[in-house]
Amino acid sequence: MDTMRERFASVTSHLLDDDPRLAVVLADIGVDGFTGAARRHPDRVVNVGIREQLLIGVGSGLALTGLRPIMHTFASFLVERPFEQVKLDFGHQGVGGVLVSAGGSYDWPSGGYTHMSPGDIALLDTLDGWTVHVPGHPDEAETLLRQAAAAGDDKVYVRLSVQVNQAPRAVDGVRFQRLREGRRGVVVAVGPMLDNVLAATEGLDVGVLYATTVRPFDGAALRAATGAADAADVVIVEPCLAGTSTRFANDALADRPHRVLGLGVGRRELRRYGQLDEHLAAHGLDPHGLRERIVGFLPSGS
Amino acid sequence: MTQTTHDKPPRTTPAAGTDTTTTTGAGFAQLPGLMSLMTGDEKHGPAATSTLDALWVLYDRVLRVSPERAADPERDRFLLSKGHGPMAYYAVLAAKGFFPVDWLPGFGSYDSPLGHHPDRLLVPGAEIGSGSLGHGLPLAVGTALGLRAQGRTDPAVWVLIGDAELDEGSNHEALAYAGAAGLDRLHTLVIDNSSATHGWRGGIAARFETAGWSVATVDGRDHRALYEAFTAPHPGRPHAVVARVEPKGA
Repeated sequence: MDTMRERFASVTSHLLDDDPRLAVVLADIGVDGFTGAARRHPDRVVNVGIREQLLIGVGSGLALTGLRPIMHTFASFLVERPFEQVKLDFGHQGVGGVLVSAGGSYDWPSGGYTHMSPGDIALLDTLDGWTVHVPGHPDEAETLLRQAAAAGDDKVYVRLSVQVNQAPRAVDGVRFQRLREGRRGVVVAVGPMLDNVLAATEGLDVGVLYATTVRPFDGAALRAATGAADAADVVIVEPCLAGTSTRFANDALADRPHRVLGLGVGRRELRRYGQLDEHLAAHGLDPHGLRERIVGFLPSGS
Repeated sequence: MTQTTHDKPPRTTPAAGTDTTTTTGAGFAQLPGLMSLMTGDEKHGPAATSTLDALWVLYDRVLRVSPERAADPERDRFLLSKGHGPMAYYAVLAAKGFFPVDWLPGFGSYDSPLGHHPDRLLVPGAEIGSGSLGHGLPLAVGTALGLRAQGRTDPAVWVLIGDAELDEGSNHEALAYAGAAGLDRLHTLVIDNSSATHGWRGGIAARFETAGWSVATVDGRDHRALYEAFTAPHPGRPHAVVARVEPKGA
């Protein structure tokens, strides 16, 4: 199976052939995947060098002329470093584009904290109008990338990761999917967290929702799932900063008593290298850590 | 540095190929009167008047833009990056008929589209919103690339920055890339009123030249010199015009 990033390069290269409105902007990261596309479309595959403010500014400039830019680099250099460009050059200028990140929270743990971006979605949540996709499988990434490319002048963020689930799900780019029914509460698994959530809740009487498009947040699905449970007790398990989506769940359940536990990546810098699994465990996002906290939070079964 | 100030526009006829825009009939001599209609941003008065002559020459004789062509994809683009003190910009846009002169007195008020920094969604004729320094040149690079990618090789892209704005590192990302990419439809107008806190040792022009740009440095109050610098050929290279005006606070 190819990685999400490899799928991004191959799918986007084909999209460039078909849609003259699309353009890709890179900043030396991910250039190899676009070698062929750059040869075929030298004016619509632009590598600005190691210049991330320019990466976003150029994307916006392309959009001002009517093109649909797709900008790509690691999340820390795509969202965090040029954040004011994202805020102003897209939001304030009133143009659209697609940000496609790699690296996520700790895809390259041995690269250390400089290449970790658990806060990317939380940062985008300070802005208006960004659609956020968090695929959990390369096939889902392809579906969501195609939707993002075709989404008119929408502002779309696609968070790619090397952390993947075993099997793809049929995602629609809008709704959460109800995978399990249960009475003790509802667990929302975001993107790559699904397999660990399914393992952690095995045998528990809890509902499981699968979320790959988290902004807009599918509050209706959450309300329906909690309505089927005994109480509106919700656990959200995200591959990004813990609590990123908590307030959206609170807003969705504002008219009823509810409790929300937000699980995800901790704020504290671990200063550890190693492997992805070790970081998942350190943040309590492995099946064991998740089960312990989910069971501790939900009312005990009768 | 000797500066000459022209009270009137030079009596030269527009060069062949330049459009005559639809105007209110107002000329350069009327601009100070239009600017005086806008009050409340006196702090940025020097910033506003520093750009006045260069803006007028561009809009009067160089840019192929007009209210009728505001949505024409083949129009020239002018991006005001230095959004501080936009009074001269608003006066020129009003004089050229982009919006009514009677918008000017509302400058900065809640119901006015004319803020102390321009917003492209509110100001007819404004290609970008600005105010945060260092955004315009990267946007202009992207605009030049976008036009080229669509086969629109005719429109010129202009961006106005200040010498102090050049402090922002984002400009240096953009000017280095633009020179390397040979974006010959890109033009940067640097209004130099010596306001950069640490100055530019070796000169502003040298930054652009080293990066592969064509550069002209002129008296920013001399309309004829500005026009000649604006229209100088620069095949294969982006072009910068450094327009020097009185030092801020002088």
